[in-house]
Amino acid sequence: MLSTIPLSYFLVVSTLMFFIGIYGFLTRKNLITILMSVELILNSVNINFVAFNRYLFPKELQGHFFSLFIIAVAAAEAAVAISIIISVYRKYSNIDVERVDTMKY
Amino acid sequence: MSSHELMFYIFSGMILVFSVLTVTSQRILRAAFYLLVVLISTAGIYFMLNYQFLAAVQLTLYAGGIVVLIIFSILLTSHISQKFEPIGFKKWFFSAIAVAAGAILTILTVIKYGFNETVTSAQNPDMQVIGRSLLGYNKNGYALPFEVISVLLLAAMFASIVIAKKEKSE
Repeated sequence: MLSTIPLSYFLVVSTLMFFIGIYGFLTRKNLITILMSVELILNSVNINFVAFNRYLFPKELQGHFFSLFIIAVAAAEAAVAISIIISVYRKYSNIDVERVDTMKY
Repeated sequence: MSSHELMFYIFSGMILVFSVLTVTSQRILRAAFYLLVVLISTAGIYFMLNYQFLAAVQLTLYAGGIVVLIIFSILLTSHISQKFEPIGFKKWFFSAIAVAAGAILTILTVIKYGFNETVTSAQNPDMQVIGRSLLGYNKNGYALPFEVISVLLLAAMFASIVIAKKEKSE
């Protein structure tokens, strides 16, 4: 059953996933791949919340609901980010973060 | 090894392998498909922890909604066969060092900390309980965040329509 898997296994998996997402965030140049890394980070945080809820407070549902709200926020964030990306593409006809720097100086 | 453990190892292995592929793949459409696999394995972990409603939401909203949105925008903004040029050595090397240091530090802290785990019978919260607490305003109610999320989704919808709208040519 579930009791044979300690809580820290879930936490290790979600930690690794979080830092892989950060690696992608630091090294990628395309805006859409950066958005995908952010989705990875949000997803790993969700795993954390759900595992804590199941192992430490099995009678309550706080982690469960927080994951639901995080998923909703992620959906809103993805929609706004993609509309911004499409608008940037229309103006510069590419979405490399290093070439879109009009507001930088 | 019980079947539960086996499922956990399969799901977590898939999550780790495919998330590495997501951030390192040179072709953008493949990266999106790897992201889809990661999200579906996460839903598998939720099923394993016996939160069926959350797993269903993950499958429909993340794997069904967000990934389709991302794939649409990839097809709108780049060529399918286009490959990224490889990243410079300095950039990936120092990013990898920073990330590895953070990961090792966090994992050591997690392993050292003694959680006092109480796994009783892992029961699935039924739909009635979830619905009542989402709209309840008592001690275990989440009516306020629910309403805030609704307003946020509405605002995001308006914002994305306004931003992505074509500007009038003068």
